[in-house]
Amino acid sequence: MDARLTTPLTTNRRHSRSGSGWIVSAAIIAVLVLLPVFALALQAIQGSAGLWSHLLVTTLPTALADTLILLCGVGLLVAILGTGAAWLVTAYDFPGRRILEWALILPLAVPTYIIAYAYLDILHPIGVVQGAIRWLFGYSSPREFRLPDIRNMTGCIILLGFVLYPYVYIPTRALFLMQSSSLIEAARTLGVSRRHIFWRVALPLARPAIAVGVSLALMEALNDIGASEFLGIRTLTVSIYTTWITRADLPGASQIALSLLFIVVALVAMERWARREQRYSISAQRSRISEPLKVTSRQGLIFFCIGSIPVLIGFVFPAIYLATEAWRRFQFAGLSPRFLIEAANTVVFAFTATIVTVGLGVLLAYVARLRPGPASAWFFRLATIGYAAPGTVIAIGVLILLAGLDQFINRNAIAWFGVSTGLLFMGSGAALIYAYATRFLAISAGGMDAGLTRIPLSFDHASRTLGQSASGTFRHVHLPLSKAALTAAALLVFVDCVKELPATLLLRPLNFETFATHLYGEAARGTYEEASIAALAIVVIGILPVILLSKIGRRA
Amino acid sequence: MHPSNTAKSIVLAGVLAIGAGAASAAELNIYTTREPGLIQPLLDSFKASTGITVNTVFMKDGLAERVASEGESSPADILMAVDAGNLVDLVDKGVTQPVESAVLTESIPETLRDPKGNWFALSMRARVLYAAKDLNLASFNYEDLADPKWKGKICIRSGQHPYNTALFASYLAHYDAAETEKWLAAVKGNLARKAGGGDRDGAKDILGGICDIAIANSYYVGLMRSGKGGEDQVKWGEAIKVVLPTFKNGGTQVNISGAAVAKHAPNKAEAVKLLEYLVSDEAQKIYAEANFEYPVKAGAKADPIIASFGELKIDSTPLTEVVSHRKEASELVDKVGFDN
Repeated sequence: MDARLTTPLTTNRRHSRSGSGWIVSAAIIAVLVLLPVFALALQAIQGSAGLWSHLLVTTLPTALADTLILLCGVGLLVAILGTGAAWLVTAYDFPGRRILEWALILPLAVPTYIIAYAYLDILHPIGVVQGAIRWLFGYSSPREFRLPDIRNMTGCIILLGFVLYPYVYIPTRALFLMQSSSLIEAARTLGVSRRHIFWRVALPLARPAIAVGVSLALMEALNDIGASEFLGIRTLTVSIYTTWITRADLPGASQIALSLLFIVVALVAMERWARREQRYSISAQRSRISEPLKVTSRQGLIFFCIGSIPVLIGFVFPAIYLATEAWRRFQFAGLSPRFLIEAANTVVFAFTATIVTVGLGVLLAYVARLRPGPASAWFFRLATIGYAAPGTVIAIGVLILLAGLDQFINRNAIAWFGVSTGLLFMGSGAALIYAYATRFLAISAGGMDAGLTRIPLSFDHASRTLGQSASGTFRHVHLPLSKAALTAAALLVFVDCVKELPATLLLRPLNFETFATHLYGEAARGTYEEASIAALAIVVIGILPVILLSKIGRRA
Repeated sequence: MHPSNTAKSIVLAGVLAIGAGAASAAELNIYTTREPGLIQPLLDSFKASTGITVNTVFMKDGLAERVASEGESSPADILMAVDAGNLVDLVDKGVTQPVESAVLTESIPETLRDPKGNWFALSMRARVLYAAKDLNLASFNYEDLADPKWKGKICIRSGQHPYNTALFASYLAHYDAAETEKWLAAVKGNLARKAGGGDRDGAKDILGGICDIAIANSYYVGLMRSGKGGEDQVKWGEAIKVVLPTFKNGGTQVNISGAAVAKHAPNKAEAVKLLEYLVSDEAQKIYAEANFEYPVKAGAKADPIIASFGELKIDSTPLTEVVSHRKEASELVDKVGFDN
């Protein structure tokens, strides 16, 4: 009797407590992400005399124009490549489709700085391509004949576009796969052709995924410093570096960084506002996956060739180049004994950071769904701000914050116990995990959000009506339904952590090397061939999750 | 009371564990913006003779910010950097301390160290001219880069790279701002391609027929020609000849790599010991051989590849004066749109 009376009561109490708990936890995550930005703002307000008048007259017009052109170009290219490739492998059945399905993700494993370096070498007047052309046409020296240089804006857009399109391809393909066949069949019953189905049904429905993918790709492009340096493109990110490094003006650099951050946040807000009235859900019935259309073998061959182009340019050519260079190096000098340690460092830190980042991202996205409203939406947006800031800038924020905290703890430890703690966060590498999570939360939260968006709210209502709590609904309904989206997000985060360079360089403990830092060190020294082994290792680590991803994608 | 005691003892246990780890035999911690591979042979032989283990962390940017943020808790003993400007930045940020050592002041020329003993040059590099083999060039002035006859024939890395801002700052030490701006704009007009890439790309692009001359650092020639960078780079290195340019009223512009002792260095005595070792004949020889840099110590010989360029006549402008023009130089680069 007693039990029957108290059971609903406690359940209710638990519900209400967890209700505010959700929002509070989202708020905490947002604050944690914002703290480094805040530390940066503190730097910025220290002032920098005459910086903006100088920038306005000299750098800003070019930097802004270059940044804009780069973003428009890369955005357009990744949207076309990513969406086109996703539609190709989900709408049509042709020989080699299964291979393309996962091969199209491979360029993700190639960091922008590596692809820029590889192509600079491959396409250089003394490289293999132009050498072959000269041999073919009988020219003896590059002074008689050479192709136009790739070190310009067009070259930069093309190279970045071909490595960054998987950011669009992955979520868009996942969405195409989940799109209810009933919608497509309805369209076909009404006499709409395949091509028109793409434009009128599939594409509009895939818009959230494309938007998320393009914005991720653009932020990667904005973050890039290596490729721009190789190819001579002057973006705002380069201005930040110049102000900080060459002019030793961190407050000024922080000001530019914050302005850049503001622009990006405004863009993201605009995109969200543009589709504010729309909801994208599959129907409540178990939807069948739309069967891809079988095409003739000639058409199939053409499709396969078209679908292979991004893989060849974004992965195969640079990978062959790297493998050749790495092999030559291996024969020349063997494998460094540090290799295994670096491999372990790279994987362990990327893995830990992925778990943290995905956990936080899922929480954020789920709170936004569970407690829709301005508060959760704001926390979501604020917490994902880190991806928009250049890696070094976030790293500086984390550094100021955690090193300060380290000092505080150390002082108190000495005062209390008379023992020095040294640097707890900086020395243990916790600072690295914090920086990775701050940087990449947008990927996990964005991916999870896109996955959750297509689950109808009626599922939530049904589950809650049947007595499940919010977390129970998550475990039994949302998690299974968005597993593919979640895994995709986790893999993106993992690969990004493996590739991450600026924050790793600045925040790592003593004697700590990852593949990326080793690669940078060798490249800085100019022993590129030694670097090619580390570069190849980064690419290989990047491939493993890609294979995993393809398996999960197939199951979904 | 009770939980707080538990917390305290947990913290204390942790503290003791960490403290025990840190308080082992003689060790030395280096924060460096130089690639550790370069100095590793030096550190290995230092350990062999002294028994002091040296830990390194290599950072690209933000070394000064990291040491400053870590404050008194910082484990850093020695801060190493390339480019005099970066060393002066460390002093300006207040993360160094002056060192008094007769060995250091006797081994390193006065113009190549901080007057107050905050930093010391350990090796030198010159900003030289790479020229296509068939060019008839016996001598060259930095001023000549503005000559219209080089239109579309010059390759150079970003004007905002410290190696170039230091060169332009040297120009500012020789000429006034208006004259320097005119020169810089003319050099920009002569470029064969966008300013960018690395110094070695100058040699590679000369081989590729993109340009005839390039401005780059001296030691890259050694790295390329010696085969340390692989067979391809030997071809790049052999495709060029090197001229040591001078200012019309001065010498060749040089920059340095150097080191400072951190303000809160836990092992100051060992740090000074390492610096003294680095200017010893043995270490200066390794510097010259491993990275083809000019030794700072009088009497120490450069590598034969580097020596083949001819006698280096160092520009007499003190490095501290060059550094004081650095910001202005960087702003001029923006003003003339050098990198656009």
